[in-house]
Amino acid sequence: MSTNTAMIEKYRNNFLKEVEANVEEGDWVKMCMQCGVCSGSCPLGKHWEHPPQEIFMMIRAGKRDEVLSSDSMWMCTSCYNCIVRCPRELPITHIMHGLAHYAKRLGLAPKNQPTMKFAQLFWDNLSKKGRVNELKLGISLYFMNGFGEGIKTSLKMKDIGLGMLKAKRMSVAEAFGGHSVKDLSGFHKMLKKAQELEDARLTQHG
Amino acid sequence: MAKYEYSFYPGCSSQKGASSSNYLTSVETMCEELDIQLNHIPDWNCCSASIGYAGGGELPRLTLSARNIALSEEHNPGQEIVATCAACWLATREASERLGEDDELMAEANTALAEAGLKLKNETPIKHMAEVLVEEVGYDEIASKVKKPLEGIKIAGYVGCQTNRPFGIHGESYENPKYLDKLVDTLGAESIPDYEKKVQCCGGALAFSEPDKSQEMIKGILEAAYDNGADMVVTPCPVCQMNVEVYQDQINAKYGTKFKMPVVYYSTLMSVAFGRSSKDAALDGQIIRAKKLEEIAG
Repeated sequence: MSTNTAMIEKYRNNFLKEVEANVEEGDWVKMCMQCGVCSGSCPLGKHWEHPPQEIFMMIRAGKRDEVLSSDSMWMCTSCYNCIVRCPRELPITHIMHGLAHYAKRLGLAPKNQPTMKFAQLFWDNLSKKGRVNELKLGISLYFMNGFGEGIKTSLKMKDIGLGMLKAKRMSVAEAFGGHSVKDLSGFHKMLKKAQELEDARLTQHG
Repeated sequence: MAKYEYSFYPGCSSQKGASSSNYLTSVETMCEELDIQLNHIPDWNCCSASIGYAGGGELPRLTLSARNIALSEEHNPGQEIVATCAACWLATREASERLGEDDELMAEANTALAEAGLKLKNETPIKHMAEVLVEEVGYDEIASKVKKPLEGIKIAGYVGCQTNRPFGIHGESYENPKYLDKLVDTLGAESIPDYEKKVQCCGGALAFSEPDKSQEMIKGILEAAYDNGADMVVTPCPVCQMNVEVYQDQINAKYGTKFKMPVVYYSTLMSVAFGRSSKDAALDGQIIRAKKLEEIAG
């Protein structure tokens, strides 16, 4: 049974409980008073199919598929406007990140969502050496939708890249190894353990 | 012994050959002049910023920052941590607060850290360099170090998001922070206190994944700077700096604008005002040259 099916079985008809148990800061969702300040404060608000206020209402209405397969949470720029303005102090930014992460984990996030892809590339990049390799991250970003589009994007970004190189704010040396933490083995063991504990928590709730 | 001493976390983008390496150069110059000693946290790692969440769940992400705090507590005991990158500061302080509130998460983070031979006490305050300047050093002391006032330069103070929210600077408003304007005035330049885009989002990491949506916002930030008669924009954030500076040609091509607005760090301004060279102020790190600052620096 997939994790998704297991979760549907366990939380049948109660998506709010599922979110509370499994989504980062999800226990705050019930506190939303539907004022809409978050939606009005979001810099990318007009691009959300369902702005945060609506997402909270949909969770409580049990609209599981509509929420988890939504493109909306991936529009969060982490500007924290909603957090500082929310009259009931919901950590909205974190809830959106948590919902996005949970949706991706269950395999329900929209397949080609660009921020989802970039965010995963960012995580893979930093977990490899403990520090971000900007050159490799940039190249993987340009080529994340295949080779043909990658070449086009690279050409489009060529002038910016040359400017960065000239200002010594980009280095070709990063292509060969690049910056890293020294205790890489300890770093990897630490992350692996953190992931195991995180997985155990989700299984326990599931 | 230095007048001020901190445990310092420069972050990925300030490394050699990285996108805000010029920020670190100017911060080091600024700190020399203000007698601030920065003791690097040995072997620090990435904090995963605010875009690591797709791949990294709550505990793995918090553990990343926990490792940095633990390393600081071990190697630079008793010293407050200071970060210059908004995302580093936010992620580290957020991790410290979240782990401080949740014993279960704290225990799990320490179980993970033990794999790397580390232990988090979580007793260390985490500050942004802007807090150090405003709250510890203060405007008067900064003013006393000014050798070359930045006279005749009008500067839009662009605070952005993550230096300002959710933590911000004590006593400043989220909606209309004034410390960057005060700093600009202290250095002898002319501030624009009613620069209406001072806390507008530039798109952050979404400048990479959603370039059109982000560039529309960046266009507004630049347009308002021009409308207010600014000669340049100053910011405390590496992502703001890069996003607002490097996409101007693409925005010009798309919207028919003619933007060519330098975007500098507060530390760039301070290094120049304190009488240091263009090189020490990292003016060679500008993609859009800040010529008025170059003239003063000589």
